Amino acid sequence: MSEFSIRTMGLTKRFGTFVAVDGIDVEVKRGEIYGFLGANGAGKTTAMRMLCGLLVPTSGEGQVAGFDILRETAKIRTRIGYMSQKFALYPDLTLRENLKLSTDLYAIPRKLVAERMDEAIVRCEITEMLDRVTGTLPWGWQQRLSLACATAHHPEILFLDEPTGSVDPLSRRGFWDLIRAEAVRGTTIFVTTHYMDEAEYCHRACFLVDGRVADVGTPPELKARHGVESLQDVFLAVAAKARRS
Amino acid sequence: MDALSLEDLHHDHAGERALRSLSFDVPEGVLFGLIGADGAGKSTLFQILSTLLDPKQGKAKVLGFDTATESDKIRPFIGYMPQRFSLYQDLSVQENLEFAADIVGIAGKAAKPILDELIGFARLDGARTRPAGKLSGGMKQKLALCCALVRKPRLLLLDEPTVGVDPVTRRDFWDMLKLLKSQGTTTIVSTPYMDEASLCDEVALIHHGEILAKGSPAELGASLPGRLWKLHGATSLHVRTDAAPPAPLLSLYVTGGDLHALAPHECTTESVMASVATTGLPVTHAHPIEPTIEDVLMRFLQARHAA
Repeated sequence: MSEFSIRTMGLTKRFGTFVAVDGIDVEVKRGEIYGFLGANGAGKTTAMRMLCGLLVPTSGEGQVAGFDILRETAKIRTRIGYMSQKFALYPDLTLRENLKLSTDLYAIPRKLVAERMDEAIVRCEITEMLDRVTGTLPWGWQQRLSLACATAHHPEILFLDEPTGSVDPLSRRGFWDLIRAEAVRGTTIFVTTHYMDEAEYCHRACFLVDGRVADVGTPPELKARHGVESLQDVFLAVAAKARRS
Repeated sequence: MDALSLEDLHHDHAGERALRSLSFDVPEGVLFGLIGADGAGKSTLFQILSTLLDPKQGKAKVLGFDTATESDKIRPFIGYMPQRFSLYQDLSVQENLEFAADIVGIAGKAAKPILDELIGFARLDGARTRPAGKLSGGMKQKLALCCALVRKPRLLLLDEPTVGVDPVTRRDFWDMLKLLKSQGTTTIVSTPYMDEASLCDEVALIHHGEILAKGSPAELGASLPGRLWKLHGATSLHVRTDAAPPAPLLSLYVTGGDLHALAPHECTTESVMASVATTGLPVTHAHPIEPTIEDVLMRFLQARHAA
């Protein structure tokens, strides 16, 4: 098995004359928490969609979870989990019903469903509210359910697209406790966020500017390289060179 | 005069509590931040202040007038930027502004200098003819701000204008707010981003419809029941957020790549280090720091969580 969960070479996406993602080389190690950062319009979402097999690259190549992002997108989709702040949950269903539905969506074999549901319920700490209606519960419960839904099939990679949105700092830290536990289990975490303090929780962070990789490294490496104290300042330093607005 | 004055304000949506017993004043001329997470009640309060919603109980006065009974006296003096995107996607930047001006009775020749000034202010010159739907997230927010500014409001109400906007654009947006303040505009702005609180003259922390604290960022920092310490380690440090802090620490939590510890005032560097060492975390050094609004809010939320 490869050391890398994600590997791209010259990955590019054009929309007409606009080059949204411009030849990026990304290497994400198995079990790594990898932050994918950049200004609005830097190309983060486009790149992430290509990695998830939802968008066909214009050129370049890559492997995600050992599968080719051009030819094996169906296999990739069963090996990844995806979570965003925009809930893909049904507010009128109970937590249990939402989780059951996601086991179908991620094509968990029928004979494994009960076992995987039980495992995800305990791991994501949603036991007490299982039969409550999802939409009535506070953010923390919904987010833990989202995590259970995105990981019950034991994906190799978990994609988090701005997972914490506008939540309070205590809930945000509680959510990251769970994400770290996922990484410790060996799941690769690929996360986009606008919160630079969350970027500090990543093993490595990649800054995208105008569709290109402007810098990548561990948080201490990045801060040392730019001679600043925080990733917020690294962001301001690399993004200052952006031409797109 | 107070730009805003709330007296025991309550509101609920279909029996669900949205705001509970809010009582506070905001003087004219300040940049006031309403800091809180999703569902805290920020948007409900903005709808009441902009006279779109009547409170279920209590009173809200804006620029001296009652929002429920004197809305016609308030509306000409406020600019409201709602949370949901309020622009016409198919109209250009220029057309959106012309339309916003037209609604408030500024048209034709009178509008031109005002709109030109706003476009220059927001640095949207290069995008004048671009449809709003084709702007980046940050430019959309700047345009929406300009639309709220066409009638030069005395009071600007901005509901989460920087949500989903990257750090660079957020900084530009706050520079615009500072400039407006220097010109005498009172601004009430809500945000879930704690770091933006430090840019306000005064803030209120709102959580589940209640005001937890109000004051200048420095006052709120000084209100913590102890001294805040920053702890560094050789590797990235982590404690579970719901773990009880080691005595005598009042709390211990991750912030960025470091730990923050709230310790009783009498604690020394040595005693703080010794206390953290009992958890097995590889802390190499500690030094006292000024608390941020995030530290203040963490204290309130942890206290509630424990209760």
